[in-house]
Amino acid sequence: MVPEATFSSYYGRPVLKEPVWRAPDVPGYLFLGGLAGASSVLASGAHLSGRRELARVAKSGALGAISLSAVALIHDLGRPERFANMLRVFKTTSPMSVGSWLLAGYGPVAGAAALCDLTGKLPRAGLAATLGAGLLGPGIATYTAALICDTAVPAWHEGRREMPYVFAGSAASAAGGLGLLATRPPGARPARDLAVLGAAVELVAKRQLVSRLGGLAEPYEAGRTGAILRLAEVLAAGGMAGAVLGGRSRLVSALSGASLLAASAATRWGIFEAGMASARDPKYTVVPQRERLTRRARGAADGPGPPRGGPIG
Amino acid sequence: MSDMPADPAGRAGYAAGHPPRVGFFTDTSVCIGCKACEVACKTWNEVPEDGLRLTGMSYDNSVGLGASTWRHVAFIERSVASGGTIPPEPPLLTGGLPVPPSSPEGGGPDVTGDIRWLMSSDVCKHCTEAGCLDVCPTGALFRTEFGTVVVQQDVCNGCGYCIPACPFGVIGRREGDGRAWKCTLCYDRIGSGLEPACAKACPTESIQFGPLDELRERAQSRVAELQRAGNGKAQLYLDGEGNGVGGAGAFFLLLDEPEVYGLPPDPVVPTRDLPTMWRHVALAAAGLAATAVALSLGRRR
Repeated sequence: MVPEATFSSYYGRPVLKEPVWRAPDVPGYLFLGGLAGASSVLASGAHLSGRRELARVAKSGALGAISLSAVALIHDLGRPERFANMLRVFKTTSPMSVGSWLLAGYGPVAGAAALCDLTGKLPRAGLAATLGAGLLGPGIATYTAALICDTAVPAWHEGRREMPYVFAGSAASAAGGLGLLATRPPGARPARDLAVLGAAVELVAKRQLVSRLGGLAEPYEAGRTGAILRLAEVLAAGGMAGAVLGGRSRLVSALSGASLLAASAATRWGIFEAGMASARDPKYTVVPQRERLTRRARGAADGPGPPRGGPIG
Repeated sequence: MSDMPADPAGRAGYAAGHPPRVGFFTDTSVCIGCKACEVACKTWNEVPEDGLRLTGMSYDNSVGLGASTWRHVAFIERSVASGGTIPPEPPLLTGGLPVPPSSPEGGGPDVTGDIRWLMSSDVCKHCTEAGCLDVCPTGALFRTEFGTVVVQQDVCNGCGYCIPACPFGVIGRREGDGRAWKCTLCYDRIGSGLEPACAKACPTESIQFGPLDELRERAQSRVAELQRAGNGKAQLYLDGEGNGVGGAGAFFLLLDEPEVYGLPPDPVVPTRDLPTMWRHVALAAAGLAATAVALSLGRRR
């Protein structure tokens, strides 16, 4: 526990504006984008190694997830009819701009990969599209970490170092989970391995993120958000155990896959809510900044090794 | 001596002859809380009503900056009983004019009974490193030739990214309109050689408009004057370049810590850390790609 710091604020009003991003649009997109991107990588591998069933599941999953993503993103705009303005410029200083261009490239190739597979038409174009989507997929799955961390929202911004790994793990776990859910066990082996490894990365990176935050861990641990994130851990642990131990059973395998998918969604939801909570309370903005100023002042006065924390006036 | 302000307009590509960087110096020590700035801003810029309510926050009824509040006057009531003594009345800002005779009661406009008032008119900071502008995916937010930051309303698609990117919570999305709005530093007025509406309306010159280098010099001497007069907490907020936003086009003289006024004590533009974030994203993406491909290719049975 971090000692309760005293701090000043203007009538308890937040310093920051809470993001206008809504649930389920935005946490849903964080989850679906991850699912789509990692599914496309899985699909490339499955396609090249001749696992037709898994490849089809992953390609169809990617198309479905990215289509829903596009709907969620456009629905979340204040002026949905102007969504095409996203491609008016390209800016590397804006993760949303980078993401829009990634999506504009990825969506059509992921669609083509799925349609060629499902119809059996144009196999060469299908292979090219599959590989193209596989190449862009990791970007789709992870850029969203930069998207939320490149804000002044304390719980997101201060988690910036670990967030991309949480998101990559969560995406891998979701894509593997979908493979487990919809593929018969022998062919689902790479999906199972990816799911288990992804869930492990997600768990470890998430723990590391929260443990490094100090007082800012609170929005991740308190109240409903804390409950969502603990549920995500339980679901992930259950899914991992089921996938490893019950890999030969179609039913256990499918349940494990569903559990991992749910875990990934809950992780994104919890992270989204933690950020919103940290923007709402001026404590999370003022106290860490005050501490930073105090450390800097002491550092300037005493040389290196200033003590952390202390009461905040 | 203040350092020369950064030249964000030049960095944005305006040719060398572009106008000097302009901004606001808000000297809260002479603010009387009249809200003329709020009214003038709304009138000139046709900003819609932002809520007619009693907030219980002293005389504040506009609560904070937002899509439809581009100037916000904060009112802080300090009980003298709990807060100790009343600091000496700040010397009047004369700006070269003759000093008016002091008021007969000896008490100034910010002392009422045992309450000490802090009042401050807040506004968009028009940062050198502007988070809102950096993250805007449509190019709706742009840098003007004056070094200010303005939203093009015909381009904004209401994605809302600028809103959490602002470390001051300035910009907001307007209900029923869907687009992001904030102070333009009266781009239309300053382009015609006029001063912004709020500065024009301010009766005490608490809001001063002008070239940033001049304002900074004036602010330095003013804060020194206040400190000499015994206002130990008088401080400049966001003056100079050495802050987390690389300098601001609107800076303040405060009589207490920034957070008392609802301002972040050490704001940092989030995009300063974006290169690191992209590096970690690239590593995570590469890891994901390598793992997924290796797992599906490697162990064929």
